[in-house]
Amino acid sequence: MGELRLMKGNEVIAEAAIRCGCDGYFGYPITPQSEVMETLMNRRPWDETGMVVLQAESEVASINMVYGAAGSGKKVMTSSSSPGISLMAEGISYLAGAELPCLIVNVQRGGPGLGTIQPSQADYFQATKGGGHGDYRLIVLAPASVQEMNDFVDLSFELAFKYRNPVMILSDGAIGQMMEKVELADYKPRWTDEEVKEISDSWAAIGKSPDREQNIITSLELESDRMERNNIRFQAKYQKIQENEVRFEAIDCDDADYVIVAFGSAARVCQKTIQLARAKGHKVGLLRPITLFPFPTEEIKKMAGHVKGFLSVEMNAGQMVEDVRLAVNGKVPVEYYGRMGGIIPSPDEVEKALEQKLIGG
Amino acid sequence: MAEVAENIQNIIKPENLVYQKSPVLTDKVMHYCPGCSHGVVHKIIAEVIDEMGIQEDTIGVSPVGCSVFAYNYIDIDWHEAAHGRAPAVATGVKRVFPNKFVFSYQGDGDLAAIGTAETMHAVNRGENIVMVFINNAIYGMTGGQMAPTTMVGQVTATTPHGRNVDLNGYPLKITELIAQLPGAAYVTRQSVQTPAAVRKTKKAIRKAFEVQANKKGTAFVEVVATCNSGWKISPVESNEWMEEHMFPFYPLGDLKDGEKEDPEALKMNV
Amino acid sequence: MAKVKGAVVVDVDTCKGCNLCVVACPTQTLALHRNVNGKGYHYSYMENPEACTGCSNCAMVCPDSCITVYRAKIA
Repeated sequence: MGELRLMKGNEVIAEAAIRCGCDGYFGYPITPQSEVMETLMNRRPWDETGMVVLQAESEVASINMVYGAAGSGKKVMTSSSSPGISLMAEGISYLAGAELPCLIVNVQRGGPGLGTIQPSQADYFQATKGGGHGDYRLIVLAPASVQEMNDFVDLSFELAFKYRNPVMILSDGAIGQMMEKVELADYKPRWTDEEVKEISDSWAAIGKSPDREQNIITSLELESDRMERNNIRFQAKYQKIQENEVRFEAIDCDDADYVIVAFGSAARVCQKTIQLARAKGHKVGLLRPITLFPFPTEEIKKMAGHVKGFLSVEMNAGQMVEDVRLAVNGKVPVEYYGRMGGIIPSPDEVEKALEQKLIGG
Repeated sequence: MAEVAENIQNIIKPENLVYQKSPVLTDKVMHYCPGCSHGVVHKIIAEVIDEMGIQEDTIGVSPVGCSVFAYNYIDIDWHEAAHGRAPAVATGVKRVFPNKFVFSYQGDGDLAAIGTAETMHAVNRGENIVMVFINNAIYGMTGGQMAPTTMVGQVTATTPHGRNVDLNGYPLKITELIAQLPGAAYVTRQSVQTPAAVRKTKKAIRKAFEVQANKKGTAFVEVVATCNSGWKISPVESNEWMEEHMFPFYPLGDLKDGEKEDPEALKMNV
Repeated sequence: MAKVKGAVVVDVDTCKGCNLCVVACPTQTLALHRNVNGKGYHYSYMENPEACTGCSNCAMVCPDSCITVYRAKIA
């Protein structure tokens, strides 16, 4: 058993980064995620593991520092909250286009615009469908607990390097700010420069040795046929990710007549909702996508064969519901219930919505 | 005639070689217009890298603009940065590779318009990087629009009646601003229109890399340059135009030569 | 008395005929050829090879690094 601590979600992101051998963090303060960098600066990992922590002049600079450090074959990350992620959108597109491994944490708040500092899930589209320009995908992990905030940092780097793709942890202000018991991971040493060379000399800009061609980190290709080939390669990669990396949690779904689909904070609420519904005699289950891209389309498709309907519960105006509908493809009704503006729905109101929209009565 | 040809052949022998293309330049033919200053500055950087023996340890960061493809010509590892973000990308590289030589290469639009914040803050942090700034007073790649450094009265595609300060603001002397920052160690403005100027610029770039080696702070080299296509005159006329119109406003020479400020001297008393 | 003589070799294929080397040459050795290369540029060449001192000024200002310079003492 690893070390147990009571920690905030944001603090855990920092702790997990240090422990998993992260080489660098570049960020800019924004509520409700500022504790990530504050914790790092307090911990002074540069003395302990050699990890670099830098407060940049903006989110734009942060994500481009990540670009430079990720292109160096190092394990690097940034974190921000919704408006800051919008500022990073260009850089994220470049990271995806240059196929650079890195971690981006979005501790979401309500929008649009400056919006609110309260928790939200309104960046689902931005995280899973693009956000920046061009046909690209991020691998998107949605933690529903402080423990998962911890676990997903290391997992993100593993996936990022496996596929040479940016990974996003799509959290929200509730999970970022809440304190829970967490079992911390053991320390993994940072890669030495020799290990970085061994792992990434085929592509990373780590200094051109005489025995190889130049490594150039770029997303630019002016020849259209080559640019199309690049895109085809990206799409094949995303397909592979879709086939191999779907993660979800199914609670009480085996005998369910109705299934709630919810991720992150909304899924925590809905765990209570299914208990309330079952107490009333309704057979309700919860499907919690852990990866939002790749989305558990196949699992939902399978369920659509034997349930009477789905309710997508989200802290937004109904974004993931579109992916649930695509998976269900008209077989059974798919309804949406959610709150916006930084409001977390209560288990009761979700249960009522379930009865009104699906169960009837 | 035969005698002349024979004499030439007697001179063209390996032992008589005095100047050849730098081995740190690739074999690719540069895409730049005939007479473009970029090629000269690329060559100088390649020569400095070669002479310092740091090809394996040098990482370049190219911008968006005409020199986006700088990575095709200097035979080292590169990052191609988003428009204006080269100083941030270079910061990221240098922070995780503190012992590599890292330089950014940017034009006036990239460094002094869209990337002003990244430029100022990288220097203000005293990042141990070299920043090469090509100032040709125009946007070359997009077809000759106004740059932040376009001269007052200068005709460009977006100032067809000449740059008007009331409408477009003043030409930005960003190098003068940079020289004020405590993180700057070496700030200089050079040019490459004559052999003497090329020699001086090469010395400046060499010095900039040495500043980086000694971790003294940011080394910033502006090269006042030409864009004959954008200016719509010949390369030779461009050099004359630059000397006549740009040098008085962007005077050549060192603006700062030392090292970044001692933080101890700035620390508040608590 | 030994005399320093030079010679330049222009890579005709990569020369873009910008004329900067011609202007930089202190001895009027170089000129643009009336013929053009494969890309249509009037490439630089030694019109007056006797005058070359091998000073390398031409190569130094050449943006396309297409000039190689040799220099020898001729008895």
